Amino acid sequence: MRYGSGQVIPPTEVLRSLADPTRRGLFEHLMREGEQNVRALTERAGISQAAVSKHLGVLKGAGLVHGRPQGRMVHYAADPQGLAPLIDWIELYGAFWRERFDRLEGLLDRMDP
Amino acid sequence: MITSAAGTRSIVVERYLAHPAQKVWRALTEGDLVAQWLMPGDFRAVVGHRFTLRAPAVPNWNGVTEGEVLEVVPCGRLVYRWHTTGAAGDELSTLVTWTLQPVEEGVVLRMEQSGFRPQDEPNFRGATQGWPRFLARLEQVIASFPPEATEGR
Repeated sequence: MRYGSGQVIPPTEVLRSLADPTRRGLFEHLMREGEQNVRALTERAGISQAAVSKHLGVLKGAGLVHGRPQGRMVHYAADPQGLAPLIDWIELYGAFWRERFDRLEGLLDRMDP
Repeated sequence: MITSAAGTRSIVVERYLAHPAQKVWRALTEGDLVAQWLMPGDFRAVVGHRFTLRAPAVPNWNGVTEGEVLEVVPCGRLVYRWHTTGAAGDELSTLVTWTLQPVEEGVVLRMEQSGFRPQDEPNFRGATQGWPRFLARLEQVIASFPPEATEGR
């Protein structure tokens, strides 16, 4: 499966990157506020700049944010498309229904005509 | 997976059943039969009827599905709302549409679950934090599946 960036990222990796509440907060903040640099993000997050950078690295690896260098600063922005692998997970509901169809067929075979 | 013009997603499962439409309809609509293949509950095929189905609970999900019957066309079409709430109050509300098409020696049964809206961008941008809840709900759905359903992905 390919997305805008051409990267193929498994849904578990996206989930794992969002499982951490601080990281999820950073992503949500970028979703709402648009592009921000590390300093602005650090001021808001209440953790060290090193920790923020590390979180951003994980989000970047999961395809959820991208960085745009400008002079000595890097501006980060959220990438909503990065959620696409999760959306495809909906297909798992398909597995639920296919299993129910099997059971329905079994029931029909047992029922009187 | 089907993506509609509105950007919502559907799941479609379709199967030929070598049984008369009347019999398939009974299995879809009679509460005690529904309990045997879908989930036990108080389902009745009456428009406006609200029902509750209960699956075995799994971690983070009590296994409860709530629904409301929206359309009943005997031996032809059955539509109900399909609503689940997770432990964290996260909700997933979709529409389930059953269609029976009589064919020679049986019936083609089609199920469409529609209205998944995980990537409605306005929702993401708003103050609602719907999508993390959606993720949480997905995790519960996954957890409720037999292991083989998630293999090979």
